[in-house]
Amino acid sequence: MTTQHTLSVLVENTPGVLARVSSLFMRRGFNIESLAVGPTEIPEISRMTIVVNVDELPLEQVTKQLNKLVNVLKIVELDSGSAVERELMLIKVKTDPATRGQVLETVQLFRAKVVDVATDAVTIEATGDSGKLNAMLKVLEPFGIREIAQSGRVAIGRGARSITDRSLRAVPGTQAG
Amino acid sequence: MTGQTNPSSIETSTPTLTGAQSLVRALENVGVEVIFGIPGGAILPAYDPLFDSSIRHILVRHEQGAGHAAQGYASASGRVGVCMATSGPGATNLVTAIANAYMDSIPIVAITGQVSSNLIGTDGFQEADIRGITMPITKHSYLVTDASQIPRVIAEAFHIAGTGRPGPVLVDIAKDALQATTTFDWPNELALPGYRPTTHPHGKQVREAARLLIDAERPVLYVGGGVIKAEASAELLQLAETYGIPVVTTLMARGAFPDSHELHLGMPGMHGTVAAVSALQKSDLLVSLGARFDDRVTGNLDSFAPLAKVIHADIDPAEISKNRHADVPIVGDCREVISDLLVVLAALAEDGEKGDYAAWRQQMGAVKTKYPVGYDTPAEGLAPQTVIERLSAIAGPEAIYAAGVGQHQMWAAHYVDYERPRQWLNSGGAGTMGYAVPAAMGAQVADPDRVVWAIDGDGCFQMTNQELATCALEGIPIKVAVINNSSLGMVRQWQTLFYEGRYSNTDLNTGPESIGARRIPDFVKLADAYGCVGLRCDSVEDLDATIEKAMAITDRPVVIDFVVERDAMVWPMVAAGTSNDAIKIARDLAPEWENDDL
Repeated sequence: MTTQHTLSVLVENTPGVLARVSSLFMRRGFNIESLAVGPTEIPEISRMTIVVNVDELPLEQVTKQLNKLVNVLKIVELDSGSAVERELMLIKVKTDPATRGQVLETVQLFRAKVVDVATDAVTIEATGDSGKLNAMLKVLEPFGIREIAQSGRVAIGRGARSITDRSLRAVPGTQAG
Repeated sequence: MTGQTNPSSIETSTPTLTGAQSLVRALENVGVEVIFGIPGGAILPAYDPLFDSSIRHILVRHEQGAGHAAQGYASASGRVGVCMATSGPGATNLVTAIANAYMDSIPIVAITGQVSSNLIGTDGFQEADIRGITMPITKHSYLVTDASQIPRVIAEAFHIAGTGRPGPVLVDIAKDALQATTTFDWPNELALPGYRPTTHPHGKQVREAARLLIDAERPVLYVGGGVIKAEASAELLQLAETYGIPVVTTLMARGAFPDSHELHLGMPGMHGTVAAVSALQKSDLLVSLGARFDDRVTGNLDSFAPLAKVIHADIDPAEISKNRHADVPIVGDCREVISDLLVVLAALAEDGEKGDYAAWRQQMGAVKTKYPVGYDTPAEGLAPQTVIERLSAIAGPEAIYAAGVGQHQMWAAHYVDYERPRQWLNSGGAGTMGYAVPAAMGAQVADPDRVVWAIDGDGCFQMTNQELATCALEGIPIKVAVINNSSLGMVRQWQTLFYEGRYSNTDLNTGPESIGARRIPDFVKLADAYGCVGLRCDSVEDLDATIEKAMAITDRPVVIDFVVERDAMVWPMVAAGTSNDAIKIARDLAPEWENDDL
């Protein structure tokens, strides 16, 4: 049984760093569930949020191998209990005069919003954790989903502490000894 | 090797120069003495200032040879080896050597030319994404398109290659960056926030390790190549002798502990000695020092050393608990780890706390005496093991021995007497056939005063022997012992044992007519064609005289074609994927464990 882990990885913002990280996952035989990369409050540092499905032991190996990459600065595992996790989804749903009202009601119920309207479709923007997004998709499915674009997960620890704080616990094993 | 801070005596800035001049100057600054390489279009600008440099460039015949020579140089000396090639096929020819350096943690910097930056990504002539190709087999890599970055990149590359767990670093430089006008700004400090290898072990872990050692009854020091890289042989000797702990040395660690020492049980693993393999299997505490529980050592992991707790010391945290759970993980440089452990153990011993392993030593000593490595002398022909035994006896432990991969490598691991670190070079992790000749060349360049023997197979030798031309022309008088059994011997052995003797594609025809072979090529003639001395020996009567004749030649490379009996096999052997308990000392012959109360 594998479990899902969310890793926040701070990397130097240099060319090729994404290739190094993804190549490492491939070579060591680990599948990436989702990957999101973006800048941080420090211009030289980018943040990757990587979701992997692995057991505890292989996870330790993944983080140790990641840590060996010269451009990787820090790895923190975020667990859903003490972190906010979000994904963004854009969904194009078929509508007609008879169903549009129901679709809009669903959008409201899930605190999503409509970002584009055509005569026979609406495009919805929704954010949330994967549970919420899946629930919404289920409700929208009967109307006819024409297209989906989904982002990788991004996550941030709750509370005042920052990932760049020393006090934040690094993934066990990475500092062994 | 480059330290974190560079010497201030070095002039740090000059007005203008080319990127190529900047590269050569940076290489001089980090102390490079020799580069093994071949020029070509994209790297050509670098070869012009190199012509005037104090750095010796050795023109090899194939880039793979350059890579292995850099490794031989690094392994013999402990310094960072350097190889250079052009873009595209020049760079891809380095790939095997880079992979080899990665697997065996050898510090090399590979410098490659790249097409001009405006052509990168266009499938230009001789373009290959060598950084992408080598990403999984390098410790780190750079693509330089801005000439001003060259000094910083070179300083970083040498630091990364040579510190922590050593490894290959690739520096790919676009041709226009080599041609551009730039300034030379030598970094006074290296900014590598993501690279901080842990060398100093955690005191608490060392104390726990000491505690386990005191409580153990059957400890074994399981020594890997990390001990040689950390220059920790003296400390290891002290640890083993002070507390009387048996030692095994892996293929990568041969020489880390003297073979002649009574505590040395030999090499563990698939072709390990009975004493070394059974010591690990019966041990209650493995003290792993710079070793990585490779599958060739452990056999089937589930049944490996089933009774043992594990202390695992390594400079690379990712090796610890990768294959076998470590009860006490210690991240650190092996020399520091053993030194700290000695201090803690000494303090405990003063309080009367000390392990007692006398019974264990006696038991394993008996196994060692009962099952030495040995072989049956054939009724006819020359035994390959005899050749290597005599070679070792005549050339002695002060010589350097570099092997290829296969049967001759295992025989060289067993039948050469290793007494000092850096005496033995081989391709352990990658198992690269063709390593021996260029590696011996690199070692001879690093250590010109030593006798350097390449012990090679007839298959391996044909992969890289063109470097004999390099050796002959550059005055690098290596000696090559070709253990010629006219076949890909190790594969043939497996065909004998596991494929009912169906010798599919393992006959190389390098042997004499008397065994129905065609002697293509004739290694004596080949040596002669390359400006080397070629000798042949096919009988035990001529053996010593032939070796002594080769030893007397110091102005040219020598190749000896040792025509050996082709059915010799490497024993002991643990069949791939099986338990180490199933070790065989000869075909269908297991050790007798009748007094087995261990």
